[in-house]
Amino acid sequence: MSRQAAAPPTRAPAADAGAVPVVAVSDVTRTYQLGGTRVQALRGVSLAVEPGEFVAIAGPSGSGKSTLLHLLGALDRPTSGTVRFSGRDVAELSDAELAALRNREVGFVFQQFQLLARTSALANVALPLVYRGLARAQRARLAREALEAVGLAHRLDHRPAQLSGGEQQRVAIARALVTQPRLVLADEPTGNLDTATGADIIALLRRLNAERGVAVVVITHDREVAAVAPRRLRIRDGLIEPEPAP
Amino acid sequence: MSLLEAVKVAATAIAANRLRSALTVLGVVIGVMSVVLLVAVGTGARNEVTAGVEELGSNLLIVVPGSFEFGQAPTLSKFTLDDVERIGRELGGRAAVSGNLASGETVRAGATSAFASVLGVTADFDEVVNRPVARGEFLTESDIATGRRVAILGASAAEGLFADTDPIAKTVTIAGLRFRVIGKVERLGPTLGVDRDAQVLVPITAAQRLFGTRRVDTIFVKAPDADDLDEVAAEVEAILGRRLDAEEFSVLTQEEILGVAGRILSVLTLVLAAIAGISLLVGGIGVSNIMLVSVQERTREIGLRKALGARTRDVTLQFLVEAVVLCGLGGLLGIGLGFALAAAAEAFTPLPAAVTTWSVALAFGTSLAVGVAFGVFPARRAGRLDPVVALRYE
Repeated sequence: MSRQAAAPPTRAPAADAGAVPVVAVSDVTRTYQLGGTRVQALRGVSLAVEPGEFVAIAGPSGSGKSTLLHLLGALDRPTSGTVRFSGRDVAELSDAELAALRNREVGFVFQQFQLLARTSALANVALPLVYRGLARAQRARLAREALEAVGLAHRLDHRPAQLSGGEQQRVAIARALVTQPRLVLADEPTGNLDTATGADIIALLRRLNAERGVAVVVITHDREVAAVAPRRLRIRDGLIEPEPAP
Repeated sequence: MSLLEAVKVAATAIAANRLRSALTVLGVVIGVMSVVLLVAVGTGARNEVTAGVEELGSNLLIVVPGSFEFGQAPTLSKFTLDDVERIGRELGGRAAVSGNLASGETVRAGATSAFASVLGVTADFDEVVNRPVARGEFLTESDIATGRRVAILGASAAEGLFADTDPIAKTVTIAGLRFRVIGKVERLGPTLGVDRDAQVLVPITAAQRLFGTRRVDTIFVKAPDADDLDEVAAEVEAILGRRLDAEEFSVLTQEEILGVAGRILSVLTLVLAAIAGISLLVGGIGVSNIMLVSVQERTREIGLRKALGARTRDVTLQFLVEAVVLCGLGGLLGIGLGFALAAAAEAFTPLPAAVTTWSVALAFGTSLAVGVAFGVFPARRAGRLDPVVALRYE
């Protein structure tokens, strides 16, 4: 099924070096082996995320949107096609280099928050910095700043269980931002929150995107969430539907 | 992730599951405790034997029946009083010689009775093996020659039979025969597991008649100086060799006894350490098992850490360090318990126990090694988890 020829990214990179896409996937396919059957989650997707963009990717469950997010976040490698971060092909990177790339350039926000229950909000936010090898004091300072940026300066020492769902997701967003990545990937960030709280979270992501210039990709099946994004994509059956002309 | 960081993370994880962590390391605790305790008991036994043998003096020869080797069954003595006399005569004034014959007997004094080791000895016994007389006097040559029924009591034998009263000139009954008490030995304390204070000494001739034998169990020869010992030993061997086969007797110096005893005790200590080692191994398997469960439980955490930039190596290190810290804590606890039990054994039982540095170091080192050996498999499994799969794990 996979097309051999590389399709052009949906948005052509600008000519100047400053506008090299944060991440660009080109004609990628991803096939899983699930209990003896081959499942083709992506069937030839091309997409470039430019610095500072805010992109919403919507699609029904099973459409391949999570798979695409994993590829955009260097958590996974494509079966075919290329994934480039700032121009570097992930196929040329070792697993350890991929880990370092995730640490430096990508922040993740998950539907389930994925906070460590045993540790404080501050320690949770500081966690990515552990893998960057920063000293404890510096980690604490940066984590505090990140928590202040999401409006949780008063919750530094709280455990996840002592926080509301919205607060937990803010901690997760602070954790995604603490490394000052170029890209934040949010997988159904409002999926476990009520509508009002979800709207707050999306507004926070929008604000951080605008203030810091960090590119944000939100995966959602919620049309209202998708509606606030300047760039909206739909994915269906492993393929991205053509974007309407701007 | 630095090692220090990994230790901190491990400490948090261990503290989060205190009960399970404690149960997990129980095997390691018991293993390390056993190593420390059993080696301490083995070493204590060796120390006591060494001290006991050394107390005999470096210029003493002990002539025993049979060949004296580890694993040798005891042999019935073929020595007689003639041998003792011949050795004494031929060595002349250069050495003091004594023979003895021992048997456990019930000794009575009026209504009181005590079980004592009755030793038939010759007149030089007090000088040759050091039995200073506290009251009265020791046996004389004429007592031996005539087989006179007189007895010298050890300090605790005298106490047991006569309490605080003076035993001199009193009568004791041994195997139905009456003996007159003529002396009492100073308190000496036990040595080599023998309570010298519970002994009752009688002329060897009287003892032979009492027990119906002409046998002498052991011959002691005391050279004036340790330097003469080898020469005297050779002469004693020559004298006995004229009448007995070479394998029917052994002439031993303190060093030879220490050598054989040392070999026996080394084997004993090794066996004890090996038993303890097996329990450490079993403890390690327990640690491995729980670490696997822990990896499984924390699959999502592993996925998250990888998403945030942890390398395979970081995750492997984290779980390996956790296993090692767990085992190290178990090791420390085991060492503490081992020390406590060794001290208790020393205080409340006749077992001597001496904790050795090498056993503590070995036990702790082994517990850390167990952590590494049994932590590697679960840790590698954790490190190799695919982050995408791990993050989805429910």
